[in-house]
Formats: sequence, structure tokens, C-alpha cells
Amino acid sequence: MSDESPGSVPVFRTVPTSTLAIEASGLVKSFGTTRAVDGVDLRVDRGSVYGVLGPNGAGKTTTIRMLATLLRPDAGTARVLGHDVVAQADAVRELVSLTGQLASVDDDLTGRENLILLGRLLGYRTGQARDRADGLLDAFGLQEAAGRLVKTYSGGMRRRLDVAASIVVTPRLMFLDEPTTGLDPRSRNEVWDIVRALVGQGTTVLLCTQYLDEADQLADRIAVVDHGRVIAEGTPAQLKASVGEGALHVRLLDPGRRPDAAVLLGRLLDAEPHLEADPAALSVPVAGAERAADAMAELSRAGLGLASFALAQPSLDEVFLALTGHPAEEEEEVRAA
Amino acid sequence: MSAAPATRRPELEAADPRKLHAALSSGERPAPPGPLAAAAAFGWRGMLKIKHVPEQLIDVTITPVLFLLMFTYLFGGAVAGSTEEYLQYILPGVLVQSVLFTAVYSGVALNTDVTKGVVDRFRSLPIWRPAPLVGAVLGDSLRYVLAAAIVIVLGLILGYTAAGGVVGVVAAVGLVVVFAFALSWVFTTVGLLMRSPSAVMNTGFMCLFPLVFLSNVFVEPATLPAAVEAFVDVNPISHLVTATRGLMGDGASAGEIGLVLAESAALTAVFAPLTVRLYRGKG
Repeated sequence: MSDESPGSVPVFRTVPTSTLAIEASGLVKSFGTTRAVDGVDLRVDRGSVYGVLGPNGAGKTTTIRMLATLLRPDAGTARVLGHDVVAQADAVRELVSLTGQLASVDDDLTGRENLILLGRLLGYRTGQARDRADGLLDAFGLQEAAGRLVKTYSGGMRRRLDVAASIVVTPRLMFLDEPTTGLDPRSRNEVWDIVRALVGQGTTVLLCTQYLDEADQLADRIAVVDHGRVIAEGTPAQLKASVGEGALHVRLLDPGRRPDAAVLLGRLLDAEPHLEADPAALSVPVAGAERAADAMAELSRAGLGLASFALAQPSLDEVFLALTGHPAEEEEEVRAA
Repeated sequence: MSAAPATRRPELEAADPRKLHAALSSGERPAPPGPLAAAAAFGWRGMLKIKHVPEQLIDVTITPVLFLLMFTYLFGGAVAGSTEEYLQYILPGVLVQSVLFTAVYSGVALNTDVTKGVVDRFRSLPIWRPAPLVGAVLGDSLRYVLAAAIVIVLGLILGYTAAGGVVGVVAAVGLVVVFAFALSWVFTTVGLLMRSPSAVMNTGFMCLFPLVFLSNVFVEPATLPAAVEAFVDVNPISHLVTATRGLMGDGASAGEIGLVLAESAALTAVFAPLTVRLYRGKG
């Protein structure tokens, strides 16, 4: 990225030479007696997508809110694009934007009015703000709905408007908090495409998500957070390797033969089979598709008929089990009221 | 898989990658707006809300209008001898009531923004921090004027005559709006302390209703028991009604007007900073 080239910056200003978009160390935030964020360190490269993966209540939203200058950390420091989030909050605000659960659009205005308002608040004159709004509505396929109140929008349209509102001025860094939660698959793919287009333009994205799948699709690196701490960090491939490639899920025709299948699969795949709640189903961690295929062949040779089978990526729950020994579902996220 | 229903036109609904690319690469970065420009943008938002959510004006205006009709025609004869005379007495009071009820909505609107997360978007922008508050309060002024206009027009239809003339009426509305501004900071404070918009509404009206009734809006304080009269006499709403009645009728003294302005200043001095402080602490 050339936006920090030395020639364009007055020499007396401190030039952020760091290649990091986000540099946080020891961030702490408590609400009452709950330590929502308990010493988080993050290093995010410029121009990358960084996934923060964790269940509700892990402290993801609180962490983003501190990085986005909405919350003051109790302890620790964070620099966003070279600016301190507390001492230079205004400089940070000029360069970042928020989307998803963090920041909303106004239900009682039309889509177009929402974008014009943000344009004006970002420094465009009214005419420019209108042009920019129309350009964005067109790009996001919202021109038909432009004059309708946002409260009449579908979930997908609303999310598109939300993203459009975040790029009225193209941000250098975008915070995306669970951008696809509650969306149907088609709208979800659209949001992903938009994120990819943003990254293509050089914007850094910090993506909070509960879905390993989503982090895997978009992120260059992932931090897994739990109870306010980063418990694992790495590329999606590293992370998945640490918990195994995935699991083979099988459903037997005859539930009575599940014990036989469990023993056989456990031996073939050299792993502990997990008996599902469904009396006919079990799953076994497996390192690769070939070994899974071999195991399937052995099953049918042993006369264990299958109703269905699937080779699935590890879910967030499995990642959590592997990393922490406890499942992912937890109490509600502590949201600053 | 079956195709999408015929009524659906995906090509019009989806984001267009090519246009998206163009929209993103127009990487223009205007300088952040000044405090006035930011507040003006929020004022514009307030006006749009009146247009899109007229209920917020109608709801709070309908009660005073009902009071005006009910009190004038049910009790007017008994209280003041004739409905015509009572209308002269009650109209400025109902004008005050109507505008002050509208002020509760400033708190309701702010609370709605907080609970829906709109405030977070505003707080992440590089703007003068109190701009959303100041802009909203400015936008409210239009609502106050509309509420006042509804009552005055109704009064004129019913036969109210303003001895103070157009100048007196405009001055009276101006004074009521100034006081309502000041009072709206109380409700924005409440708006930031309460958990839901409806809680703000309930609290606001629970406080305002007794204060309006324990004033000289409906009856001459001299007819009241001594203890009640003592309260009515120190109630700032009474002072506002007295000044309004004077301005619309046969004149208000500088002292009466000055008292209202001083009380408005005092309310603003206490509650505006409090609101701004609570607002900054949000999140």
C-alpha cells in the first residue's frame, strides 16, 4: 500500500512505520465483576483479513469496541493504523468503520437518507453526499428500495445497506462483527463477496465470527478467543491441523450395530469415536478424505449398512473442545449497556 | 433445485461486483465536518423523522387537544362562568402542555438510538461528539412549533381571541419553545438512564402529568387549598403559563419572562452537561 509513502507526509509528523494495522497488547475490560476481555494481544497485518473466532460471551464484541474507540480499555494499549485508540481516538475514527452488530442503520429513515446522512457526517457537502448515496445504492442493488424506510427491508437488504453505510468513505480498516449472523446462504455469500471486494481495494478487515466456516472462507489469520483471552492463533490451515482435518459422520441403518461400528472405526482411524445423541449416529475425527474413504469401505465389508455419511470440517464446537476441553456455547455476550 | 420465484428479480436485488469495485475505488476522503455542519446534519435527520414517523407528533398532541375540548366544554361553564371565557384562560396553558409533552420524545428518540445501536455508528465517526445531541434538540424545535401551531389553530377555530396579536402569539410560542428546549435535556438524561424507549416515555409522562396539573394550566391557583397553591406558585410550569398567557393576552412583565428564561437556563446548565457526560460514557 502506498498511502503511507514517506514523500507525501510532512517530515515533522510521526510516520507510522509499522506494517501492522492493529497492534494490541494486554487489553482488559471488565463490566462489574465480569472480566469480559482479560488480556488480549492482537497483531493484524495491513491489507489482510483477520478473523476473531469465538462463541457468544467470549469477549469478541468488547474487544472490537475498544479497538473502534467506542470503549476505553481498563488496561493495556492498542494502536490502530499507527494511532493510539485512547489518545488519538479522532484519528482512528477517520480511518475505520463499523458494521454488523456493532453499529446499525436508522430504521425510521429510508435507505437513501441513511447514506446521505452518513455522507454529510463524513464531510461531504449535501450534493456530493446525494451522489455518493446513489452510487452506493446502485452498487449494492438497493436502488429499488432506496426510497423505502429501512424497517421494511429484509435481513439481507439491511445488511447490504449496513455495509454500504460503512464504505461511504472507503475505510482503511473495517470492523465486521458477525456480518452474516441470521442471513440466508445467498445473502451470506453476497456479504462475503463484498468483503473480498473491500480487501481487494487494500482495506484491512477485522472479522468477528462464530462460524469457523466464515473465518476459513475469508480470513488470512485467525485468533480463537474464549473467556476474554486468545487461546490459539494462526492461519486457518494451522488451526484446523491442530484439531484434525475434520470428522467422519455416519448414520447406520441399524442403531443396534452402533457399538460394532464404533469399535471398527475407532481402530481403523485410530481415534476416539463420539456417539451422537441420535442413537444411529456417530462421528470419528479423521485426518484426510482418503482414510475416511477406506474406512467406509471397511464398514460395508463388515456388513454395517449406512443410511448416510459425511466428511465435515471441524465445527467451532470441535475446535473449542480440542483447544479448551469445553464446548462453545456460553452465556450471552456481555454487551456494554 | 427449482428456480427462484418469478416475482423475484435477483439481478436487481444483488450487489453488483463491477459497480461495487467502482464505488470502492472512488477513494475520496473529505475533511471531517465542523461542529455546525455535523449538528445541522442531525437536525435534518430529526426533521425527516417527523415526516416518516408523524405518530410522535400526533400522539402527544392528541391528549392536550382532548383536554382543551373536554375542559372547555365540560367544565368551562362551571370553572369560569362560560365556555368562551374559560377558553381564553385555558388555551395558553394547553399550548404549554402540548409542547412540553412533545419534549418527552427527545428522550425517547435518544433511547431508541442507543438501544438499536445507531449511536455506536455515530460515535465511531470523526465528528464533534455532542453533535448528535445538539442536532436532535434543534430538530425538535420544528416539532415544538408544529405542536404549538396545532393548538393555536384549534383555539382560533373554537373562538379564541389573542389580545396580544400575532406578535404576542409568536413571542409566546418562542418562549414556550425555549423552555421546552431546556426541559428536553431532562428527558435526554432520562433517555440515557432508562433501558427502553417505553420506559422513558412512561417516566417522562409520569413526571410531567402531575407537574402540569399542579400548575395554573387549568385553574386559578387562588381557588386551591393553601398547600397546593404554594406548590403551584413555585412550579416553573406555572411561571411559563403565566408568561405565555400574558404574551398572548394583554402583556407579560419583563420579570415574568425573565423568570422563565432564568429557569430555562438553569435546567440547561444542569441537564445538558449531564446528558453529554452520560452519552460519552455509553458503551
